[in-house]
Amino acid sequence: MNINSIKRRTLLGAGLAGASMLAMPAVLRAQDKSLKVGVYGGYFKDSFDKNIFPEFTKATGIAVESVAEPTGEAWLVQLEQAARAGQAPADVSMMSQVAMLKGQATDLWTPIDVAKIKNSSNLLDRFVNKYPDGRVAGIGAVSWYITLVTNTDVYKEAPTSWSAFWDPANADKLGLLALVSNSFLLEVTAKTFMGGTNALDSEEGILKAFEKLAEVKPNVRLWYRDEAQFEQALKSGEIPMGQYYHDVTGLAAADGHPVRSTFPKEGGIQDSGCWALSRASQKTEEAHIFIDYMCQSSIQATLSRKVGTAPTVKRESTDLTDKEFAAVSSDIEPIVPRYDLYQTKSDWLNQKWTELIVG
Amino acid sequence: MRREPPQTIGDYAPLLFPAAMLTIFFVVPFGTMIAVSFFQRQQGGFYTPAFVYDNYARFLSAFFGGVLGFSLMMAIAVAICCVVLALPFTYMLTRMARSVQVVWLVALLSVLSLSEVIIGFAWSTLFSRTAGITNILVALGIMGEAKALTPSFAAVLTGMVYQAFPYTVLVLFPALVRLDPTLTEAARTLGASPLRAFFTVVVPALRNTIVATLIMVFIFALGSYLLPQLLGRPQHWTLSVLITDQAIYQSNMPFAAAMAVFLVLVTLGLVALTVIAGRKGEAA
Repeated sequence: MNINSIKRRTLLGAGLAGASMLAMPAVLRAQDKSLKVGVYGGYFKDSFDKNIFPEFTKATGIAVESVAEPTGEAWLVQLEQAARAGQAPADVSMMSQVAMLKGQATDLWTPIDVAKIKNSSNLLDRFVNKYPDGRVAGIGAVSWYITLVTNTDVYKEAPTSWSAFWDPANADKLGLLALVSNSFLLEVTAKTFMGGTNALDSEEGILKAFEKLAEVKPNVRLWYRDEAQFEQALKSGEIPMGQYYHDVTGLAAADGHPVRSTFPKEGGIQDSGCWALSRASQKTEEAHIFIDYMCQSSIQATLSRKVGTAPTVKRESTDLTDKEFAAVSSDIEPIVPRYDLYQTKSDWLNQKWTELIVG
Repeated sequence: MRREPPQTIGDYAPLLFPAAMLTIFFVVPFGTMIAVSFFQRQQGGFYTPAFVYDNYARFLSAFFGGVLGFSLMMAIAVAICCVVLALPFTYMLTRMARSVQVVWLVALLSVLSLSEVIIGFAWSTLFSRTAGITNILVALGIMGEAKALTPSFAAVLTGMVYQAFPYTVLVLFPALVRLDPTLTEAARTLGASPLRAFFTVVVPALRNTIVATLIMVFIFALGSYLLPQLLGRPQHWTLSVLITDQAIYQSNMPFAAAMAVFLVLVTLGLVALTVIAGRKGEAA
């Protein structure tokens, strides 16, 4: 299905490109160096289009065509299917950690030559994604937090702990992410009630976490796959509490909506996106230039200010003020997802999870 | 006009184009899906070509049986609701002036132009606590306090019936227009009330149309995967939702394909049963 649609689109694209080549040879030459970059659609892509890509083109002469990618693993599936057909719907894509690991399993990512990324020395180690044999699969693009969000009209006082999800007073008031691999609620349960995410090392530990998590079910009004669905309900107070992205919630609050994002005392969930290069892409050189550009401390600081993401480079290397840094991050030790589990036990976890929420 | 069976190969020529389209856009993708359903799933990766039954084995469990049962039940309920609502409606519509019919049909057609997403979000707003219809009831003094009507089974059912209703009317309309009005007139002359005439004359005369419409709406409703997510709780998620989860979010194509093949087979089986039962009923 995906293969067909992509082929058709490529065909149309090739047709259009062919026609424009005949019509406007000058334009084509000017855009000789180009790169298709996949970023999450919606607010994310708009911000990149406005604040980042034009400056990059000015600095390097490489035209950027941004592609709106869906969140979660939907984009990974499309990239993989396309790569099997020798196509790259985007050369460089921003990928979440779970998607990075799954792509590694099929060698989907072209290894990145760190020697060509001069600015990589600024990067925090945990944002360099490596194949088991040490090749670099992806370089940290941005990092973000999933936090405890509330509607300020309904909750005058901000909750302080994830345990608010388990409070019987919040019956039918929560909006939570619907998938085990993007909600990271097992980690939240383990950190809040079981002393840390190491409790998930064994299957017994995971089952215990599932058991504890089942107690949340009566409080959940919405298990969402689509972010817009929850964001709307949170703003209107229809669903006044839940887990959501710290950056987008901050932007909504800045727009005057009655919402707030709180880092619970157990920590926010930290996830991050890597720049990764599809093996079907021919633009290896341009991709390296792009990734190098994005690793600059000044660009990372711009992203924090404009998009609300946390930097993937050392904080000292940026010129972010304490206030600016606090707006996108927190000093509380974050909950780092157990990405390994979503690779080694993905089907088992998915089955147990589906049975938990559907059953 | 006399119909002759095709004599030469040339007479079959007009069939070639639709046959080719059907092969390219239906038979080939469906064949691919069946093939993929036997492939080996690579956990944490994608799949490799193979011939294994694992994907079907995983599906054969009480959990997925329950989800399949719910999906079928939901689709049947939608089909019955639609036909029960649309049959009297369409019957009355065909008795109206031409200009009134046109207005109604245009209105119904415009509902078809709405996507499932828009329908889902519109109903979830209408059923919400903060902006929904219960606020009107509160203003009228009928209810004490506004409450949310979604997520619930009734909300999913309403959304799906709303979505399928125009199709139902459009399928029933031609048959009802062609229905000979002298039939009901005769029944009325013989002393039947309008209601009695409708149930004893119109409904039996349209038996085959009604069965065909039920099947069409049933299949249409079975594919719905967005409305159950937007308006229902997880226990109201249909098998199509879980298929999407596997294909899009778990990148488990073989399992998704196996579930889809299973769903198609069960659907075809049910439709065949309905048709056979209909023939038997006719013969009796």
